[in-house]
Amino acid sequence: MTAMLYLASAVAFIVGLKQLGSPRTARMGNRIAGVGMLVAIVVTLVTEGILNWGVVLGGLAVGTVFGVWAAVRVQMTAMPQMVAIFNGLGGAASALVAAVEVLESDLSGLAVETVVTILLSILIGSITVTGSFVAFAKLQGLVPGRPLVFAGQRFVNGLIFIVLIGFAVWAGVGANESGYWVVAAISLVIGVMTVIPIGGADMPVVISLLNSFSGIAAAMAGFVIESNPLIIGGALVGAAGLILTVQMTEAMNRSLANVLFAGFGTEGATSAATMSDKPVKRATAEDAAITLGYADTVMIVPGYGLAVAQAQHAVRKLADALEERGASVRYAIHPVAGRMPGHMNVLLAEADVPYEQLLDMEQADPQFPQIDVVLILGANDVVNTSARDDPGSPIYGMPIFNVDRAGTVIVVKRSLAPGFAGIDNPLFYEDNTLMLFADAKDALEQTTAALRSV
Amino acid sequence: MTTLLVGVTVFVLASFVGFEVISKVPPTLHTPLMSGANAISGITIIGALVAGGLGSTPLAQVLGFLAVATATVNVVGGFLITDRMLEMFKSRSDRERPQR
Repeated sequence: MTAMLYLASAVAFIVGLKQLGSPRTARMGNRIAGVGMLVAIVVTLVTEGILNWGVVLGGLAVGTVFGVWAAVRVQMTAMPQMVAIFNGLGGAASALVAAVEVLESDLSGLAVETVVTILLSILIGSITVTGSFVAFAKLQGLVPGRPLVFAGQRFVNGLIFIVLIGFAVWAGVGANESGYWVVAAISLVIGVMTVIPIGGADMPVVISLLNSFSGIAAAMAGFVIESNPLIIGGALVGAAGLILTVQMTEAMNRSLANVLFAGFGTEGATSAATMSDKPVKRATAEDAAITLGYADTVMIVPGYGLAVAQAQHAVRKLADALEERGASVRYAIHPVAGRMPGHMNVLLAEADVPYEQLLDMEQADPQFPQIDVVLILGANDVVNTSARDDPGSPIYGMPIFNVDRAGTVIVVKRSLAPGFAGIDNPLFYEDNTLMLFADAKDALEQTTAALRSV
Repeated sequence: MTTLLVGVTVFVLASFVGFEVISKVPPTLHTPLMSGANAISGITIIGALVAGGLGSTPLAQVLGFLAVATATVNVVGGFLITDRMLEMFKSRSDRERPQR
């Protein structure tokens, strides 16, 4: 009976994940997975012969209060940070489960596979914890988003890894409890050391990968306590996170190794000075309103600047005003726009933009030659023509939106400063590009007001 | 050894199911998907409940308590936040319903 109920919850996870894949069924899918989780929790509480009810119920109560508080309070713009935190906590739980197993077991009597999975659970779980918290700190601006690199970094990291393996062998073969704690400590350090050198623009990839890690850590904990639902749930998430990670790196035309180890975004910043001497065409909100007012087709390209300015509602209002004038408005969403895959979609959904109007790379890019006006809101790297034209550019080869093929391009941006990747954008100096230097929200509100009076 | 073999079999098959189920998801849903998958990885709460519920020393109980608490945040927060996000995803037909 117990086994059947656990099986049912595993099936609920699979069905839930499947339904999360389509906009119409996604909400139900999430709830199905949630019910599966509830079943698994209740079954465990009833059948495992729990002795320390205070510990268990206390933990559940504290976790529920904090979880609800965080989920209700977080703003949609801060979603990437929040997912990073939850991720880290999941990793922590898996590592702690393995740690308790170390405390409670007769270490010399453990089978080899148990030792290995305990060590892996502690290793992967701990890396997920500190890696996620560094990713959070970078997204939140608590530590600089730029890659923090120092000479000999890879050598040091390699050395740490070798030391780790040494202690892991000592812990496992020598059945030494202290060895396990040293492995945990070193793993925590590795989590920091591997995420610190990665630039803020690559955090979506890191979070997705850490998501995969938290799943694998859970699966390893499942091996330790011989629990199939844990192994299934963990493996599902491990695979899902890995797929998303690979899809994202493909969208940037880079390898996962390049994202993790290249210290990306440090070298290109130097070329900014040489480009900035060229003149750009400045525009006011009124200029933008006139240009947009005569357009039949408008494509909006949002980026992280839109999230920072909390301008998702303002852009909806502008789009409504344009549609009332008879223009067709669509949104082109680049796979790596924002700080998380699909981040822009969530923000625009919050502002009631129907998801049919959101076009992905394949749908949007071929349309630009027929578009009258492209409005770029706080996006930079995803429309950087040097990715297409300049083989020397650090982002050369990354698929971009070819917005310069449209009639007119209006770029709303706070300054000429290069984007997160630190690379100057030749698009800004094109003849058909108008630069509107302003906060995205202010610019949109002024443009909408001006449009209403045209 | 057979328990391990069964475990490995389950792990490999579940991974393939994960790959199959996820590989066709449109980018629009990537954030809720990630957040929902994240909540599912909170299944480690089962291990946490066992660890916290059966720990015999004070240290084991403290670590078990932390495991239950962190896993619960992951589960409860993860599912709620995903639901909050998905609530906002509307198609054009939903938008035009009179309730607005």
